Amino acid sequence: MLKRTSNLARPDEVYNAIVDAHKGLDDEQARAFDARLILLLANHVGDEAVIREALAAAAAPAIDGGNGVV
Amino acid sequence: MSSYTYRTYPYVRPAELDGKSVRRPVVIVGAGMAGPTLALALAEKGVPSVVLDEDDTVSLGSRSICQAKHSLETWDRFGIAGRMTEKGITWTEGEVYLRDKPVYRFNLAPEPGHKFPAFVNLQQYYVEEFLYERCAGEPLVELRHRNKVVAIRPRADGVAVDVETPDGRYTLDADWLVACDGVRSAVRHMLDLPYPGEVFHDRFLIADIRLKGDLPKERRFWFYPPFHPTNSVLLHRQADDVLRVDFQLGRDADPEEEKKPENVDKRLRQMFGPDARWEHEWTSVYTFTCRMMERFVHGRTIFVGDAAHVVSPFGARGGNAAVADADNLAWKLAAVIAGRAPAGLIDSYCSERRAASVENIRHSTRATDFITPKFPASRVFRDATLALARDFPFARSLINSGRLSVPTAHTGSPLDTPDRDNDWAGGPPPGCAAVDAPLGDGWLVDRLGRDFTVLTFGPAAAIPGARSVSVEAEELAQRRYDARPGTTYLIRPDRYVAARWRTFDPQAVQAALDRALGKEPTC
Ligand SMILES: Cc1cc2nc3c(=O)[nH]c(=O)nc-3n(C[C@H](O)[C@H](O)[C@H](O)COP(=O)(O)OP(=O)(O)OC[C@H]3O[C@@H](n4cnc5c(N)ncnc54)[C@H](O)[C@@H]3O)c2cc1C
Repeated sequence: MLKRTSNLARPDEVYNAIVDAHKGLDDEQARAFDARLILLLANHVGDEAVIREALAAAAAPAIDGGNGVV
Repeated sequence: MSSYTYRTYPYVRPAELDGKSVRRPVVIVGAGMAGPTLALALAEKGVPSVVLDEDDTVSLGSRSICQAKHSLETWDRFGIAGRMTEKGITWTEGEVYLRDKPVYRFNLAPEPGHKFPAFVNLQQYYVEEFLYERCAGEPLVELRHRNKVVAIRPRADGVAVDVETPDGRYTLDADWLVACDGVRSAVRHMLDLPYPGEVFHDRFLIADIRLKGDLPKERRFWFYPPFHPTNSVLLHRQADDVLRVDFQLGRDADPEEEKKPENVDKRLRQMFGPDARWEHEWTSVYTFTCRMMERFVHGRTIFVGDAAHVVSPFGARGGNAAVADADNLAWKLAAVIAGRAPAGLIDSYCSERRAASVENIRHSTRATDFITPKFPASRVFRDATLALARDFPFARSLINSGRLSVPTAHTGSPLDTPDRDNDWAGGPPPGCAAVDAPLGDGWLVDRLGRDFTVLTFGPAAAIPGARSVSVEAEELAQRRYDARPGTTYLIRPDRYVAARWRTFDPQAVQAALDRALGKEPTC
């Protein structure tokens, strides 16, 4: 089961480490970076059912910053 | 326009202009939040000071509104925190909205049993008014209005301070000069000291308004609300039915246009609807910076508050850090002036409060980066967090609209004695702020001394140079200090833990006390 509640002892630290890792990358580099990161984390998670659940959760409608369009 | 009546504090011709000059142990520049707090903290330790301020009234504009628990505890020692809580708005909860839906709620006071709440919202002008009034009743504090510092001449054992008044100039000789003169610190400029840091380009509009009706007490923060769909908005209540509304405007906003009353009203109308009626209290368009001096102590000149470090308003860390600086410095200066501690103790003010500043700037920068993402990926992650927040509680905890000020720790300070016992499962470790708890029909914070306190869970323990407080059967206090019979804490005058033990050992306590005073270890 995909965890829904916080599983991180220091959530702000982890969030900022992830965001900061993108500093200075252009769009394409950022996508390549994210792809490597996702594959690494997916392998670490190891559980295919959980990964599929996460894929479905991430596919839910995105919000669009700025224009107020969902 | 304002509901607050700005009083004028009288200028009194200084005796120095008539040739009566005495050397002062401490001269403080600036009567904002830090200056008078420092003067009162010094006075309670018997040290007289002169506070110089260039104008003759309190803060123009409400500015700092969230007064934190630790600041209230400091002001309570001067007897003015009761007035502040009475006048101000006590709040503990905050709510974050995405568009028109609440996505995250936080409660800053999860458990009762503290004398003061996490925050009391009170406009900075009231805080300063109460401080000024208290200073007026304190013979050891001389608050001089319309006394502007125009030049300083540092010497090996003090500083000569040139002051301009309506009646002309005079010079004050001080053993120590403390610059509490705000973000544009004149003293810092006079010493030509750099103020490195980061400039943020987003503009914000503060509209403090008086609105009649049922006002929300909690802090509300919106990302992309329907009434301001492109950016964020913060809403927070203050005393006298005043609301702070803080609109994020973006980088390209024109401050002159935005400040125009008709434009401010247009934004407010969208927010509060066609029937709302309000009066303007204070309007300001601002950008902000995060800066910190490399050193806060330069010979006999010491920098405190915004003069030494400055952060964004998100998190209420500016004014509260200024008060914490003052409290950290006061007992050290008093101990050095009394010859009880070596002058080197003052350097620990710099190391401890710089550590606090780094922490405050880190928090403030992160909140700012979340609210105003700086590069495309950070916006993508921010919006992804918001999108997940509705269904996934973990994402809610990542939403950062300002992590609100709590006392910063200075772990590893040379003044602290590291834990020797390794069976602590809780309680504030050395370098952290002491926590309050009910004691009898009063509070632990009321029992802590103006000097050091030895807090024992068991029989009272006498240590020269410290007050003894013994706690016998107080369950909450025991829990908050992870105490067993014999557990002993050494608490500094600024209510930080210096050391703790499982058993009371007078020699160990004495050694920790010496260490906390910056003395060379004797063994
Ligand atoms: C919009 C806004 C919102 C804020 N909200 C919060 C909040 O919610 N919580 C919080 O904790 N902080 C907040 N802050 C920050 C807070 O206002 C400051 O951090 C705080 O005032 C710093 O106190 P200070 O004593 O260091 O400086 P100040 O309060 O700026 O005082 C400096 C004093 O020095 C005097 N002075 C200057 N030059 C001279 C001179 N040459 N001679 C004599 N006197 C001089 C000035 O007259 C002034 O009185 C906010 C700030 C702003 C702008």
